[in-house]
Amino acid sequence: MSKQNGTIELEQVVVKFAGDSGDGMQLTGTQFTDTSALLGNDLATFPDFPAEIRAPQGTVPGVSGFQVHIGNTEINTPGDIADVLVAMNPAALKANKNSIKKGGTIIVNIDSFEKRDLEKAGYETSPLEDNSFEGFNIIESPITSLTRESLKDSGLDGKSIVRSKNMFALGIVYWLFNRPMESTENFLKKKFKSKPDIVNANIKVLHDGYNYAETIQAFSSSYTVLPAKVPPGTYRNIMGNQATAWGFMAAAEKANLELFLGSYPITPASDILHELSKHKNLGIKTFQAEDEIAAICSAMGASFAGALGITTTSGPGLALKGEALGLAVVTEIPLVVVNVQRGGPSTGLPTKTEQSDLMQALYGRNGESPAIIVAASTPANCFNWAFEASRLALEHSTPVVLLTDGYLGNGAEPWKMTTLKELPDIKPLRIDGTEKDYLPYAREEDTGARKLAIPGTKEFEHRIGGLEKENLTGNVSYDPENHELMCRLRAEKVEKVANFIPEQEIIGDANTDLLVVGWGGTYGHLYSTVSKMTQESKNIALTQFNYINPLPKNTIDIFRQAKKIVVCELNRGQFVDYLRAQFPDIKFNQYNKTQGLPFTTIELAQHFDNLLNK
Amino acid sequence: MEETVAPLTHKDFTSDQDVRWCPGCGDYAILSSMKKALPQLEHKKEDYVFVGGIGCAARFPYYMNTYGFHTIHGRAPAFATGIKLANPKLSVWEITGDGDALAIGGNHFIHAIRRNIDINILLFNNEIYGLTKGQFSPTSKKGIKTKSNPHGITDKPFHPGKLTLGSNGTFFARVSDTDPKMMQSIFVMADQHRGTSMIEILQNCVIFNDKCHGDVTGKDVKQDAQLHLEHGKPMIFGKESNKGIILNGLKLEVVTIGENGTTENDLLVHDAHTEDSTLHNMLTTMSLPEFPVAVGVIRQAKDMTYDDGVIAQLEYEKENAKFHSVDELLTSGDTWEVKE
Repeated sequence: MSKQNGTIELEQVVVKFAGDSGDGMQLTGTQFTDTSALLGNDLATFPDFPAEIRAPQGTVPGVSGFQVHIGNTEINTPGDIADVLVAMNPAALKANKNSIKKGGTIIVNIDSFEKRDLEKAGYETSPLEDNSFEGFNIIESPITSLTRESLKDSGLDGKSIVRSKNMFALGIVYWLFNRPMESTENFLKKKFKSKPDIVNANIKVLHDGYNYAETIQAFSSSYTVLPAKVPPGTYRNIMGNQATAWGFMAAAEKANLELFLGSYPITPASDILHELSKHKNLGIKTFQAEDEIAAICSAMGASFAGALGITTTSGPGLALKGEALGLAVVTEIPLVVVNVQRGGPSTGLPTKTEQSDLMQALYGRNGESPAIIVAASTPANCFNWAFEASRLALEHSTPVVLLTDGYLGNGAEPWKMTTLKELPDIKPLRIDGTEKDYLPYAREEDTGARKLAIPGTKEFEHRIGGLEKENLTGNVSYDPENHELMCRLRAEKVEKVANFIPEQEIIGDANTDLLVVGWGGTYGHLYSTVSKMTQESKNIALTQFNYINPLPKNTIDIFRQAKKIVVCELNRGQFVDYLRAQFPDIKFNQYNKTQGLPFTTIELAQHFDNLLNK
Repeated sequence: MEETVAPLTHKDFTSDQDVRWCPGCGDYAILSSMKKALPQLEHKKEDYVFVGGIGCAARFPYYMNTYGFHTIHGRAPAFATGIKLANPKLSVWEITGDGDALAIGGNHFIHAIRRNIDINILLFNNEIYGLTKGQFSPTSKKGIKTKSNPHGITDKPFHPGKLTLGSNGTFFARVSDTDPKMMQSIFVMADQHRGTSMIEILQNCVIFNDKCHGDVTGKDVKQDAQLHLEHGKPMIFGKESNKGIILNGLKLEVVTIGENGTTENDLLVHDAHTEDSTLHNMLTTMSLPEFPVAVGVIRQAKDMTYDDGVIAQLEYEKENAKFHSVDELLTSGDTWEVKE
């Protein structure tokens, strides 16, 4: 921490905006994030909101939060605990009492601490008046009344005026962290293009909040976080679901195919459907089907007819798609299924994150039904994994399940953009039209995959379907030995994918005392913890899996070299069981969490320390 | 230069697979009529796609020498939708049965029709589950005894025509598997219709529900039991061609020409093209013994197809696009440069 012109320079800070689900906290948090991203900070976000659109107002279950971690160093997690909390009501304060650092700053909207507000939050007396928050720097700001005052001459109705109060809170935080307001002003101008009075009102309130913070002298100083030292290039802030959508668009362009999405709305995956639906100008076809099953079936129909067919869903939707996915396995047509995982089983925790669909993705179908499984590990690399999933599906004529999760999908981070030139070409496995006597189920030597002939291609008429196929011809066959052969050929085709993917990497020393193993969306928390412990001279290393089925070929070598292994995942041990089945001679420890929340680096570090000291 | 090729014949559409329906099954006649109908159409052979769900009927694609996809139970409309949207030039035929389309696939069936996607649906209605060996289906008549309800079924049946019209269907036809000529002409009209063309085929399951349509399709009764509807023609039927349909108040009524001063001029003239489906509904619902059963094209109304709408929107957006490539999209909006 250093002081410069009355401003304290911070290496990193965690800010959390919390309020009622109608208070606009997601928008406020996103604005703070985007502004910080444009300033060049590295960052990670964690939006955390209830499953109900408007849970009972003012209650703890109705609290919506947005946490953002910004820094001038590498940031890989949204932070375990906030340095600054904005609490728009008592419920927001109550819900976050363990999410704020001891001694941290809490900005409360004191106008919403009336008796009735306290009761709704389940407080008998104000927590600000007893010693519940002793030792915290509480800034009591009359945010609602100052917003009313600010807009009393605006001509807006009372409801619209009060709705602008989140901009007042954002103004306060902008001053506190020395952020410019232009980016938010531009956002407001665009968002409310047809309502200039709303634009003006919001901008005025934003500035009034900023000026209020400067004037009240409640803050001993303001802070800044300088740009992060990151590789040169062009950056943008990107959310995981958006990155997923763009990755598919890039893949379709590199494969020179039309992109077809069949989807049915489901939290937290719907944003991929929304994003792709915006880009009809690039020839993308999106089909909102009547249900999850029709969604995958339409994508398979499109794939059969020559498009890059994809479908997006979350856990319960994957369950519904299981039968159709089996048909993609047996017919060997390309397909990508995205599962943005959420807490389960059943409806479970729709807005919370979890990694508990791994077994479903691997085995949740009837029969011997192998599919390629890959997982993204950061919000931005959802782009790369959507691209890679498409490449594998098209070049190996098989369905691929891409696992992301609610944390990745809704989280944001700066992304050093790629251009399509930098991405490999995708070569869909197709006939070239010169083949004589097309055999739909003849296989390529190297991949074991079949070449597709697309309807509309003369003299390649053929039938495919869900009944077992005779090898080569694809005709219906009930022959026992043929069935065994086909089961083996389909399995080998997926196993052979290991020859076409890079080796598994290890971060740190291969002969480590403790190898931390993760997969998918836990990367940020595992990496932060491991790199901090490495700095503390602990002998610890990390390997994070993105290729799940098949595993990279060198996986066993990595495991053999480590003295101790711990597999960490947000479920009750699905990946570790998968590894135990494949590598029965290796001893795996496990660390699991099923709270609908990401790991914290604190809990991980404690657990790793225990293992190292054992 | 235009390629000159010999016109297609029904043989061109015969696949090399043995047809495995039961001897005497009505499906054979439908298959044969289809192979004869397709050469009358203007598509190239490689542009036909047959899609089946699950059931006896759904095996149909294996027997056609065209592109074909035998899919999963009830979901064929969704596959057909994806195929048509991906390549609107294709002529897409979905072959389904009463269980496949109206039980497990009821949802997809009504939604395909609601959207009016330009595909053809052939519903082989034998009022029974054949492939699973004789359970009742959603069209089985109330009271009949089946393996899965030996005491007589208590369900009320679905009516495929009413369901089609209730889903705002633009094309509905009904034909018997015993009438190959009418099948051919209806298949041709269905393909020429822009939108979802739904054809109910009164099909006989010789094993599990033999003669279930016998009182409508039987050789000796059919002239009195069927009213063949043709657009623009008066509704006449009967062995003597002397019976007809009139509208009396809000109800249809059977009359005899020459009795009570009734002449042919009093009869309803079939208007398949009218947008209002009220009369189509009434005609679709006519049943024995009070009425003959309507066959032929009952409704053929013009409306925007789903695929045309999708393509038109896509073309409009392309013309008015801000971005023309993914690269342009990636660099759009708020970005920042980090220098060395």
